[in-house]
Amino acid sequence: MKRKHKRLTFVAVAMLLLAGATALVLTAFEENIVFFYSPTDLLAKQPAADRRLRVGGLVEEGSIAKADGGAVVTFRVTDLDNTVPVTFRGILPDLFREGQGVVAEGRLVDGTFRADEVLAKHDENYMPPEVAEALKASGKWQHMKDAMEDSGQMPEADAR
Amino acid sequence: MHRFANPNRFLRLSRPVIPWAAAVTVACVAIGLYLGLFRAPPDYQQGESVRIMYVHVPSAWMALFCYVSMALAAAVGLIWKHPLADLAAKATAPVGACFTFLALVTGSLWGKPMWGTWWAWDARMTSVLVLFFLYLGYMALNNAFDDPQRGARASAILALVGVVNVPIIKFSVDWWYSLHQPASVIKAGGPSIHPSMLWPLLFMAVGFTSYYLWVVLIRVRGEIIAGKIRAIRLRQVHGAAA
Repeated sequence: MKRKHKRLTFVAVAMLLLAGATALVLTAFEENIVFFYSPTDLLAKQPAADRRLRVGGLVEEGSIAKADGGAVVTFRVTDLDNTVPVTFRGILPDLFREGQGVVAEGRLVDGTFRADEVLAKHDENYMPPEVAEALKASGKWQHMKDAMEDSGQMPEADAR
Repeated sequence: MHRFANPNRFLRLSRPVIPWAAAVTVACVAIGLYLGLFRAPPDYQQGESVRIMYVHVPSAWMALFCYVSMALAAAVGLIWKHPLADLAAKATAPVGACFTFLALVTGSLWGKPMWGTWWAWDARMTSVLVLFFLYLGYMALNNAFDDPQRGARASAILALVGVVNVPIIKFSVDWWYSLHQPASVIKAGGPSIHPSMLWPLLFMAVGFTSYYLWVVLIRVRGEIIAGKIRAIRLRQVHGAAA
C-alpha cells in the first residue's frame, strides 16, 4: 500500500469513528439538546416546581385572556394531544398570536406553567400578505400546525 | 487534478477568472439587494423584517459551503500532499468565518423583533456558533507554527474533525425541537417561499458564491507569491552565509 493510500484509509476510518461517536453522544444527550418540551412531554415528566424549563407548541385558538388590567396574559399551549395553561406577566413578541408557535420559559406550578419569558416561533412559510389572503379565501391555507407536523417540529396528532 | 496543482499554472489560469467573478458578484448582489429591499413584498407575518433574510440566509449557506470546501481542500492537502490544496484551505477560512459572523449577527437582528430575543441556546444557533469558533481555531492553529507545512497539517486535522458539525447544523432543526424554523428552500415538496421572495434570495446566493470564488482566488494567489518571496529570501540568506 502506498503512503497516500494509507493516509486516505486512516482519514476515512477516523472520520467514520468520529461520526459514530458523535451520533452516540447526541442521542444520549437528546434530553438536553431539545430547546423545549411539548405539553405531552411535560405531563409525562411531572417536573419539580423549582425546575426551570421551556414548553413549546401552538397557542390554542380562543385561549388568550387578559387579567389584572391587561398586565397578565393567560393562554394554553397545545401539541394537539395535550394542553398546558400558561400565565405570563410582561410584553409579548409581535408574532405572538393564536394558532402560532410559541416557546415559554418558566416553572410548572400546580399544573399551570408560570412563564417569565415568551418567545414566538416562526414557521418556514414566506409569502406576501395578498397571497396569504388568497390562500385563506380559497380554502387552500396550509396551517402552521400541518407544516410543523410535516417538518417533524411537532409530533403527528394521529401518530400516537 | 495534478495538472491544476502546479502553482505557476494556477497563477496563469486564475488571473482572467478574477475580473469575471468580481463582475458577477457586483451585478448579482446589486440586483439581489434591489429586488430584496425595494421590490419584494413584505411578509404576511413578519412584515418588513423579512428583508433581513436576503442577507442572512445566503450568509448561512455560504458559512456551511465554505466549511465543506475548506475541509475538502484540507483533506486533499493532508492525504495527497498537494501544496495548493493547503493554500486553498487556508485562504477559505477567513471568508467562511466572515459569512458565519454575518449570519449570526443578521440572525440576531431578526430574532429580536420576531422571536422576542437576540439569542437563544437552541441547537441551530449553538451549532453555528461552534462553526464560527472552528473557523477561528483553524486560523489560529494554522498560524501557530513556524513551519507552514506543520501548521497546515495540524489545522487540516482540526478542519476534518469539525466536519461532524456540518450535518448537525443542517439537520438540527429537524432532529430536535428548536426555536429556529426548519428549511424553506431546499426541502421535500418544493420551496415554501413565494417566488417574489425566492428570486432575490437566489440572486444574493449566486452573488455570495461568486464573491467567495473571487476572494479565495486572490488570497491563494497572494499565498503562492508570498511563498515565492519566502523562498527567494531564504536563498539570499544562505547565499550570503556561504
